[in-house]
Amino acid sequence: MIDALWVSLGAGAGAAARFHLAPWAARHTADPIWGTTAVNVIGSLVLGFAVGLGVGGAVSLALGVGFCGAFTTWSTLSHDALTTAGRRGVRRAAVVLTLSVLSGVAAAVLGHLVGARI
Amino acid sequence: MSTDRPVSTAPSAGTTAVVAVGGVVGSLLRWGLQEAWPHDADGFPASTLAVNTTGCLAIGVLMVWVGSGRAPAAARPFLGVGLLGGFTTFSAYAVDLPVLVEAGRADLAVLCLVSTVALAIVAVVAGTAVGTALAERRAR
Repeated sequence: MIDALWVSLGAGAGAAARFHLAPWAARHTADPIWGTTAVNVIGSLVLGFAVGLGVGGAVSLALGVGFCGAFTTWSTLSHDALTTAGRRGVRRAAVVLTLSVLSGVAAAVLGHLVGARI
Repeated sequence: MSTDRPVSTAPSAGTTAVVAVGGVVGSLLRWGLQEAWPHDADGFPASTLAVNTTGCLAIGVLMVWVGSGRAPAAARPFLGVGLLGGFTTFSAYAVDLPVLVEAGRADLAVLCLVSTVALAIVAVVAGTAVGTALAERRAR
């Protein structure tokens, strides 16, 4: 039960933070998908670092499962790609989605590497 | 035009609270599924793939409903930004990849990397088609 509380605390903060940060980040870019990409990159970097570091217990539940889990998203990312396909073509959507996914994965790998070496 | 983006809803304090509550519900659902269907460091993260695919299917349906103007105002912040945003996760997907590589399963990492993207796109397109079909059926 206390575990669910840790997840909830992190998740509420993560979802609220994404709600504010993603539109703000998207305003500074040409394609709305970059707002979602920004949160996915930050969240993947933080989770990669935490997992590399080997955190467990309440920190893992609140920061990993809750915050990073809710902060980052696949549903909005896939819908952003669909929106880009409708506005700017399937080819453009394929390119931005590929770049978005690879940025997030690169951030996770970097975070994981750094966390594991500290 | 910003009306077809789930994250572009005006971020007032009330809407932020609605998003946060949705995020908690979605994250608890995701956590429950991941606990019920765990995977080892060298195993394929099937629960995360299932969560993300289902969430992409659902956002497709949801956004057609929101776009139709018939959905309540809270549908997008609560169900879209909050619940589905909290249910699906990019970070667990991305971090599972180096973990799999470290466990000697680069093959599963590549499979996870590619299948997640492919299924996400198929799911959001399918969800949009389902939502459109439902809306047309309702309009008749």
